[in-house]
Amino acid sequence: MSAVETQQAPAGTRVLTYAEALNEALREEMRRDPRVFVMGEDVAVWGGGGVFGVTKGLVEEFGPERIRDTPISEEAIAALAVGAAMAGARPVAEFMYADFMTLAMEPIVNQAAKIRYMFGGKARVPAVFRAQEGAGRGNAAQHSQSLEAWFCHIPGLKVVTPSTPADAKGLLISAIRDDNPVVFLEHKMLYNTKGPVPAGDHTVPLGVAERKRDGRHITVVGVHTMVLKALQAADRLAAEGIELEVIDPRTLVPFDLDMVVASVRKTGRLIVTHEAYERCGVGAEVIAQVVATAFDALDAPPVRLCGANVPVPYSGALEAAALPQVDGIVAAARQLMA
Amino acid sequence: MSAVTASPPELSPARLVDMLRMMMRIREFDQRALELYREGVMRGTTHPYIGMEAVAVGACATLRPGDRITSTHRGHGHCLAKGGDPRLMMAELLGRAAGYCKGKGGSMHIADVDAGILGANGIVGGGIGLATGAALASKLAGRDEVAVCFFGDGALNQGIFHEAANLAAIWRLPVIYVCENNQYAMSARADRFTSVPDPAVRADAYGFPGGSCDGMDALAVYSAVGAAVARARAGEGPSLVVCVTYRYLGHHVGDPLNYRDKAEVEAWRAKDPIERLRAALIERRALTAADADAARADVEREIADAVAFAKASPEPDLATLTEDVYA
Repeated sequence: MSAVETQQAPAGTRVLTYAEALNEALREEMRRDPRVFVMGEDVAVWGGGGVFGVTKGLVEEFGPERIRDTPISEEAIAALAVGAAMAGARPVAEFMYADFMTLAMEPIVNQAAKIRYMFGGKARVPAVFRAQEGAGRGNAAQHSQSLEAWFCHIPGLKVVTPSTPADAKGLLISAIRDDNPVVFLEHKMLYNTKGPVPAGDHTVPLGVAERKRDGRHITVVGVHTMVLKALQAADRLAAEGIELEVIDPRTLVPFDLDMVVASVRKTGRLIVTHEAYERCGVGAEVIAQVVATAFDALDAPPVRLCGANVPVPYSGALEAAALPQVDGIVAAARQLMA
Repeated sequence: MSAVTASPPELSPARLVDMLRMMMRIREFDQRALELYREGVMRGTTHPYIGMEAVAVGACATLRPGDRITSTHRGHGHCLAKGGDPRLMMAELLGRAAGYCKGKGGSMHIADVDAGILGANGIVGGGIGLATGAALASKLAGRDEVAVCFFGDGALNQGIFHEAANLAAIWRLPVIYVCENNQYAMSARADRFTSVPDPAVRADAYGFPGGSCDGMDALAVYSAVGAAVARARAGEGPSLVVCVTYRYLGHHVGDPLNYRDKAEVEAWRAKDPIERLRAALIERRALTAADADAARADVEREIADAVAFAKASPEPDLATLTEDVYA
């Protein structure tokens, strides 16, 4: 994360935290479009705007009608967002933890994702379902999961996973403007990371990956914190003459397969890494697609470095062991090059 | 229990005749749908609304074009009563390209968002949150629209009812929860699985009005729902209206119907909502028996035309398989 924090802010940008960047995206979109509103648990009163500060100060500017604290009713938060979106609003529904979205799967999966298709293309559901996920601070099994694969599995949803403050802002603005239901997953360990964020109307298109570092030897596709860990691994491996090319897909649905395949055609080697459980995770899908598309380009079997197939444990030592780490990326890269 | 008591506007004789005609249309539509299913022309399943027509027609008669409804798996009646086109509905039942959903939705997903029909729903209770959210959007935009949420006695026991009702109450949302208590959730008689004899009392738990009405009487439904609509439009918040009704046929075609006896069915059929409104209108001299017969003949022709339209519509082009997953 230090690599990002030490960046200078180029012209037209400011150094903001990931949480501040998300806040700015919400603020700018709510100013621009009166149909946008936010609802969720403790988004208005608590600490002046959310457990993680993402909605800080918004109720003062937009009032309690558009920044709505809700009861602890996750299914209703999601379902009301769907109904409001169908009736012309552009809701941003917040779930305090992605784990709590399991209580809201019915409206997200059966309603939001399917309405447009079921209705023959004659309806739109422009709703954003925001939540934070991930491990790293001892929140244990029910507050640390990375559940992106659940949503990626469902046709009709878009799934967004920003890893930098600039992407957090640009992707959230794009998600709000998108006419589809978007599951927007943040990472709790990224909220205080800093980076340059363009001022004003900054959008990042959904479905376009970004090469965060060029390299010749191994393509590393990372999600959320794993992008940052991959960049740290790349710094260490550079001293040994091993170059990682680090790609952040930024959106998992739609997925920018072209950029990943182009990179693999250059490197011949692929590591996919995410905190989410390995079994049936996004890594399996990415590898399957790369193998199906560019088998001839691979010089070695692709590698998955993912969360262990166990509930996320509480103890710091166990939690770290359950997550992919920089050391693991370094070791896997050395083995691929051996 | 505090029922809503304000009276909705008096219905003109012409409106009453329209309501009778709509009830006849719904019955004819569902009878033809059953025939098409039995002929093997329609796939999946169909959930007949026959016997319950007074609820959809009485409730939708209280609404304006900009108001919205959410419907259920048993949704043909709601859709027609809110202005759905029987030709597009029938084409959808046959899975044809000209159907409301281009053949992708079928009976349980017919919708016409522009007409305020936010969809039938294959999930029991699935419309409850959607209607409540639509009401929230109306309130946020400062529009005096309301949302009527139709659902059955079975949906009363889904968790979303509790969550949505509480939210609608604290936010005073313009939503009317219209519970069609047709006595059975599949095989489960309502009194087996609902903890109170009259589910309308559940409104008390949320602090908004709740009441029951005779769901076999379109005028009683009109009055009860109309009062709740007026309240919602005035910004006073949600209501629960339980319409006591009955489905004459099974849950869907293929229901073994081993859970209720014929005498019970006959007793409800004796209260038939169409016959009831017809007799009331003849007595009021709003129409003659001959007019009523002519109206029935009209809707038979109309639905026959819808079937012909549906059958003449092509099957969907296979290229549409992957269309409209995303906007």
